[in-house]
Amino acid sequence: MAVGDPTVAVLEQAPARRGRRWLAAVGEFCRERPLGAVGGALIVVMVLVAVLAGWLAPYDPLATDYGAMFSPPGARHWLGTDAFGRDGLSRIVYGSRTALFVGLGASFIGGTLGLVLGVASAYFGGRTDLLLERVMDVLLAFPLIILALAVVVILGTGAVNVMLAIAIPMLPRCARVVRSSALAIRELPYVDAARAAGFGHARIIFRHMLPNVMAPYLIMLTAFLGQAILLEASLSFLGLGVQEPVAAWGLMLRGAAVEFAETAPWMGLFPGLAISLAVFAFNLFGDSLRDALDPRLRIQ
Amino acid sequence: MARYVVKRFLLMIPTLIGVAVLIFLLLRVIPGDVVEVRFVAQGQFTSQDVLQIERAKLGLDQPLWKQFVTWMVGLLRFDFGVSMWTGAPITEEIKLRFALSLQLSLMATAVATLLAIPLGVVAALKQDTWVDYVVRVFSIAGLAMPSFWLGILMILGFLIVFRWLPPMVYTPFWVDPWQNLAQLVWPALAVGWRYSAVATRMTRSAMLEVLREDYIRTARAKGLWLKLILVRHALKNALLPVMTVIGLEFAFLLGGLVVTEQVFNLNGLGLLFVEAIAHRDYTLTQALVLLVAFVFILVNFLTDVAYAWVDPRIRLR
Repeated sequence: MAVGDPTVAVLEQAPARRGRRWLAAVGEFCRERPLGAVGGALIVVMVLVAVLAGWLAPYDPLATDYGAMFSPPGARHWLGTDAFGRDGLSRIVYGSRTALFVGLGASFIGGTLGLVLGVASAYFGGRTDLLLERVMDVLLAFPLIILALAVVVILGTGAVNVMLAIAIPMLPRCARVVRSSALAIRELPYVDAARAAGFGHARIIFRHMLPNVMAPYLIMLTAFLGQAILLEASLSFLGLGVQEPVAAWGLMLRGAAVEFAETAPWMGLFPGLAISLAVFAFNLFGDSLRDALDPRLRIQ
Repeated sequence: MARYVVKRFLLMIPTLIGVAVLIFLLLRVIPGDVVEVRFVAQGQFTSQDVLQIERAKLGLDQPLWKQFVTWMVGLLRFDFGVSMWTGAPITEEIKLRFALSLQLSLMATAVATLLAIPLGVVAALKQDTWVDYVVRVFSIAGLAMPSFWLGILMILGFLIVFRWLPPMVYTPFWVDPWQNLAQLVWPALAVGWRYSAVATRMTRSAMLEVLREDYIRTARAKGLWLKLILVRHALKNALLPVMTVIGLEFAFLLGGLVVTEQVFNLNGLGLLFVEAIAHRDYTLTQALVLLVAFVFILVNFLTDVAYAWVDPRIRLR
C-alpha cells in the first residue's frame, strides 16, 4: 500500500475524530446539565477509590485492634474504629468495592435480561407477548425487597447471591420500559425490510432492534445502579446480605452501630454517609441522562 | 367503558394466580420446613418418625398439588387458614399489624404527596434555574438516604438535642391518638421524604409536557389569570400520572417497609414477613404475599380504569 493512500489517511483519522466527538458530547452534557456532571464526577471518584483501595486505605479493613475499640475520629483513625477496633475509613474505602461489585453486577444482569425479554416480547407479539407480560406482572406485584429477601433465603447469603437476588426484581421493570420502546420500533420499515430479506429472528432482534432501544436501557441501568446499592445495604443491614468480615457499608450499620449510636455515633454516621453519597451520585447522573436522552424534555 | 372495566378486571385473576403459584413454589424450594425449624429451636433431638407425624398434622405430607388446591379452595371461601408456627388463625395474626402498616403507609403517602406536588410544580415552572436544581437535589437526596440510616440519625438527633425519645411501644390510634402519632410521625416523615422523590420527578416532567400544549398558550393568550391556568388547565391534566405513581408506591409501602420497621421498632407487616419466612411458616407467608400483591394489583387496576375514563382512546385498544 502506497504511502499517502487516501483511504489509509481517512482510516487513521477516524478514531481520533470519534474521540473528539465523544469529548464534545461530554462537554455539552456538563454545560447543559451541571447536576448530572456533579453526579458523574462523584461516580468517577467512587470508582477510583474502589480501584485504588489498596493504596488509599490506611489500615487493613479486616485487621482487629482490641487496644483501640470504639476510638472516636482522630489523628490515628480519621473516622474512628468499630467494636473490634477495625479502622472505619479503611472499611468504608474497601466497602466501595462491595457496593460497586454488587450494584454493577445486579443492574447489568437484571437490566440485560430485561432488555432481551422486553425486545423479544415486543418483536414476537401475540401469545408470546401476552404470556411474557403476565409473567412480568406477577414479578412486579411482588414488593421489591420481599422478592429479594425470598431469593436470598433460597440461594444463601454472600455477595454473588445478593447480586442475583437484586437482579431478579429489576428484570421486569426494565423489560416493561424496553418493550414499550421496542413496540414502536417494530413497526418501522427497516425491520420489515430485514424480515423480507429473510434474516432470522435472532439476527433481527440482536442486530436491528437492540441497538435502537439502547437509550431506555441505559437510563434504566443507571437508575437501577443506585437502587441496587441501596438494596444491598438494606439486605446487609438485615443480616441477609454480605456477611462479616467483608467490608460492606450496610453491614457496618448493623449491630453495634445501632446499639452504641449514642456513645459512638461515628460508627453509624460515616457508612450511612457513604451509602447516601454513592446512591445520590448515581441518581443525579441517571436523572440528567434521562433528561438528555428523552427528546420530549429537551430544553426549548 | 363497562366492557373495558370487565376485561381489565378479569386480567387481574391470572396475575393473582401467578403470584400464588410463585410464592407457593418459592417457599417449598427454601431448604428446611416449619417442623424442622421448631425442633431445632427447641434444641431437641428427634427421630424422623416424630417429624413425619408433625408434618402430617400440618398437611405437609400431602402431594404438592393437593396442598395448593386446599389453599386455593380455602381462599375462595375467604378462609386463610391457621399459621403453621403459632396455630392461631392468620386473620388474627395479621389484623393488628395490618392496622399499623396501613396507618404508616397512609401517613407516609400523605407526606409524599404534600411534598411532591408543590415541589414538582415549582421545579417545572422554574425549569433549569437554581430553584429547579434545589428541588431536584432535595428529592434525590431523599431517594439516596437509606431510610434506616435516616431513622438512626433522627433518633440520635432527638436524644442529643432534645434529650427526648419518641415512644417505642405501639399504641393503637383509638387508644391514645397523641402517643400513637408521636411514634409514627417520624417513620412517616423519613419514608415520605424518600417516596416523594419519584412523585416529584413525575409532577415536574408531566407539568413540563402539559405546559407546552396548545391549550395552555390559548388560555394565556386569552389573558386568563396565570394561577387559574396553572391549577385548572395544567395541574389537572398533569396529575393523572402523578396519582398513578403515588398509588403504586402506597401499595409497595404496605409490605415493603421491612427495614424501617426494624429501626423504629414497629411490629408491622414487613417484620411479620421476615419472621414468617424465617420460621418457614408457609401459610402465613403465602397469605402475606398474596395480600400485598392483591393491593398492588388492585391499585394498578383502579389507575388503569381512571386512565380509560379520562382518555377514551385507551378503551378502544
